[in-house]
Amino acid sequence: MLWLGVAYLGALAALLITSLWTQDDFTGTIQRTWTLDNFRDLFTIDVYRTITLRTIGIAALVTVIDAVLAFPIALYMAKVASPRLQRLLVIAVLMPLWASYLVKAYAWRGMLSADGPLAWVAAPFGLHSPGYGVPAVIITLSYLWLPYMILPVYAGLERVPNSLFEASADLGGGAWTTIRRVVIPMAFPAIVAGSIFTFSLSLGDYIAVKIVGGTSQLLGNVVFDNQGAANNLPFAAAVATVPIVVMLVYLAAARRTGALENL
Amino acid sequence: MSQQMILSSGLRRSLTAVTLVGLVVIYVPLALVLLNSFNTDNTFGWPPESLTLRWWKLAWHSEGARNALWTSIEVAIAATAIALALGTLAAMALRRSRFFGRNVVSLLIILPIALPGIVTGLAFQNGFRTILGVPLSLWTIVIAHATFCIVTVFNNVQARFQRLGVNFEQASMDLGAGRWTTFRLVTFPMLRSALLAGALLSFGLSFDEIVVTTFTASSHDQTLPLWIFQNLFRPNQAPIVNVVAAVLVLLSAIPIYLAQRLSGSTAETMTGAR
Amino acid sequence: MKTIGSKRLAAVACAGLLALATACGTSSGDGDGGGPKAAEEQGGFTAPDVPMMEELGDMEGEVNILAWPGYAEDGSTDKSIDWVTPFEEKTGCQANVKYFATSDEAIQLMKSGEYDVVSASGDASLRLIAGGDAAPVNTDLLTNYPDIEDFLKDQPWNSVDGQMYGVPHGWGANLLMYNPDVVDPAPTGWSAVFDDASQYAGKVTAYDSPIYIADAALYLMNTQPDLGIKDPYALDEDQLAAAVDLLKKQKANVSEYWSDYLKEVAAFKSGDSVIGTTWQVIASTIGDKVEAFLPDEGSTGWSDTWMISADAPDPNCGYAWMDYITSPEAQAAVAEYFGEAPANTLACDLTSDTSFCDTYHAKDAAYADQIHYWTTPIAQCLDGRTDVTCTDYGDWTTAWTEVKG
Repeated sequence: MLWLGVAYLGALAALLITSLWTQDDFTGTIQRTWTLDNFRDLFTIDVYRTITLRTIGIAALVTVIDAVLAFPIALYMAKVASPRLQRLLVIAVLMPLWASYLVKAYAWRGMLSADGPLAWVAAPFGLHSPGYGVPAVIITLSYLWLPYMILPVYAGLERVPNSLFEASADLGGGAWTTIRRVVIPMAFPAIVAGSIFTFSLSLGDYIAVKIVGGTSQLLGNVVFDNQGAANNLPFAAAVATVPIVVMLVYLAAARRTGALENL
Repeated sequence: MSQQMILSSGLRRSLTAVTLVGLVVIYVPLALVLLNSFNTDNTFGWPPESLTLRWWKLAWHSEGARNALWTSIEVAIAATAIALALGTLAAMALRRSRFFGRNVVSLLIILPIALPGIVTGLAFQNGFRTILGVPLSLWTIVIAHATFCIVTVFNNVQARFQRLGVNFEQASMDLGAGRWTTFRLVTFPMLRSALLAGALLSFGLSFDEIVVTTFTASSHDQTLPLWIFQNLFRPNQAPIVNVVAAVLVLLSAIPIYLAQRLSGSTAETMTGAR
Repeated sequence: MKTIGSKRLAAVACAGLLALATACGTSSGDGDGGGPKAAEEQGGFTAPDVPMMEELGDMEGEVNILAWPGYAEDGSTDKSIDWVTPFEEKTGCQANVKYFATSDEAIQLMKSGEYDVVSASGDASLRLIAGGDAAPVNTDLLTNYPDIEDFLKDQPWNSVDGQMYGVPHGWGANLLMYNPDVVDPAPTGWSAVFDDASQYAGKVTAYDSPIYIADAALYLMNTQPDLGIKDPYALDEDQLAAAVDLLKKQKANVSEYWSDYLKEVAAFKSGDSVIGTTWQVIASTIGDKVEAFLPDEGSTGWSDTWMISADAPDPNCGYAWMDYITSPEAQAAVAEYFGEAPANTLACDLTSDTSFCDTYHAKDAAYADQIHYWTTPIAQCLDGRTDVTCTDYGDWTTAWTEVKG
């Protein structure tokens, strides 16, 4: 407890405090004078609003895509596959997590290239690769975070007793009705739990967008650029408060669904 | 098998199809990685003109990759050890108490993993360097990793406690065993598989972490993801990175399989998954 | 992130001291970088009195080296890439190499007094001299010094009043690269990626860093003289706004911004990009499929120097390293691995690619004169103007974020 209190919250609080300080443009050192300038810049310069909205939009879309993809796979794993197959499938879903994040992002860069495998496959159908840009970022992030969605949803579905399915069938519910009226409501907290991961991981990403994002940028890039080369930690800290606020709101909403118990 | 019966056959078939497609989508890019590790073109030109074993040989002899691998393993072990201790303690502390703030503590444990890595990383870097004045080192990486790994252990242990209740330990205490003896002989054996599952997840989490690591590593501490990051940008090194990634994917099956065997329920192993 | 890419990017992280403002930013690009003139440009700047090594003594047995990644490879990345071990064998000095990621980090580490030598970029070098952290270099003690190209000696970023504070290591330019299959007729200058970029809409690429603003400023310096830009690293607010406007127009035609080696090589090979700024090493890697050249109007680039610490614990091994790393053998190895022009052009006979030095224009003083070496913009105008305040690197970062939108 003390660990979390001191190490993490302390660091987080310090970050917030830093965002209220200012940087001496001349020597690059941080001056500990209180100012809201960083936040004023953040709210008044249009480009940051655009980037914030783009980032949240991408994170939301990635989350929805992952949820839609993960649900049937997880349902199959939990309720169709035999225990032996279940075990194999869990391994199959977990394994890609160990292949480095960067390698996977670069693999997608290769896939999406103008004469890469995707364009190769799509060409006979008169289609072409979406190229690099926001769609490529959404595809890549959805891919990277999919296992983080499948696993909690699978765990949640496994806890749904089989008798519920039978009861629903006995009461005349068809397969789709059962899924819609029984399974999805039961699995909803687990989906929300998974979405916390997909959403927050997308919200903080800055590497995938550099690899497949073409000319676009996300909040993470702004934070990174300001703390790195520009050496402007206070402004980077101010920008970093945006995802913190977004995630706190998200977590508060998630709490109502009981998702936090499902993490 | 009653398992097969609960869903209509039409639905079962569509689910099977979707799952198959899903697995294909998951594995095609990995197959590309594997293929590119044999691609003679060092920037992964498509389609490959010819294949070679050269990169595998170079990777085998790469001292940098080996050192980075060891660093990563060290960091992951240290972070996991800390996470195990603190996660178990936290779960035990919260176990019986219904004190005000229980929710707050739960939230606190979830927070490091729920907030984007760039925030956690920046917070730690700022905390270490600007506020505390501690130089970045291997230990700063370990501390940062441990913080977001605690949640995996905590969740697994808490889930186990919820299922087991407190009867066994009470019986042990009633029979005259002290707190420590009870923990050693009763609580710990009950927790063993949950701890193992949490530890494996925490190890995996720490092992592939790059964002927080970038912010908390000093310039000469190189974990494997950092090594990969650097070498992707070095001339002629990118294919070697593909070899390393391919090897990691294959090797990762072992700990995951072990975790599954040892933790019993597959679902529970995963509940702490990130 | 100690990549070659960010090394170059980081080479601009200069937050110079007041006394150094002019010196720090002086670009050799004006084509007049001679010794006397250089000293004059530095105005009242006098270096702290740090004694110079008079003669060499016994080797200490070890040397602590601070280097950009790629400058002191010891075989740990790739067994065949190793020029540190031969040094150890030759001199008996055990070399401890530490890589740094930014110039700021290098300066902080040098101040600790634990290191003997450092590979300093144009922005770090004068800060080290002014801080009393770097000692003057007795070039008479270095056997390879006479072989270093004259146009690199006594430059404003490596000397004070004609006294060298380091040995030139290597340099390079940011070139214009295009795919001749697609880009026809061949481009003649930077207008191909700025005003005329729409011809290749969606296939243009540009460097992903705030420092790329200097490329736009250089273009404006040549095409719009009434803006009054004299140094692409000294922009007042109006000039910066003009450069940002130009870059925003360019963005409509950009396929992607590149920041690392692999990304640009892959993009040109696959045809995702057909024209844009590059480094020679990238063009050479891609091979025949592309052409790269330095447009007549000049370009941006980098130049690095090995310096010795004022408190070097192992000065003799330090000198031995500086001498070794500027030897033809070591220079050939570094230059080919890193992809830049060697300072010691005797290396040209030893490179595995016999035309390496021609490709990199290593002996071409006129070519080097066209380069405006990367320096960090600071509030005090680097071109000597005192009536306005210039924009600093923080402003450039904000501006770059706006360009990308």
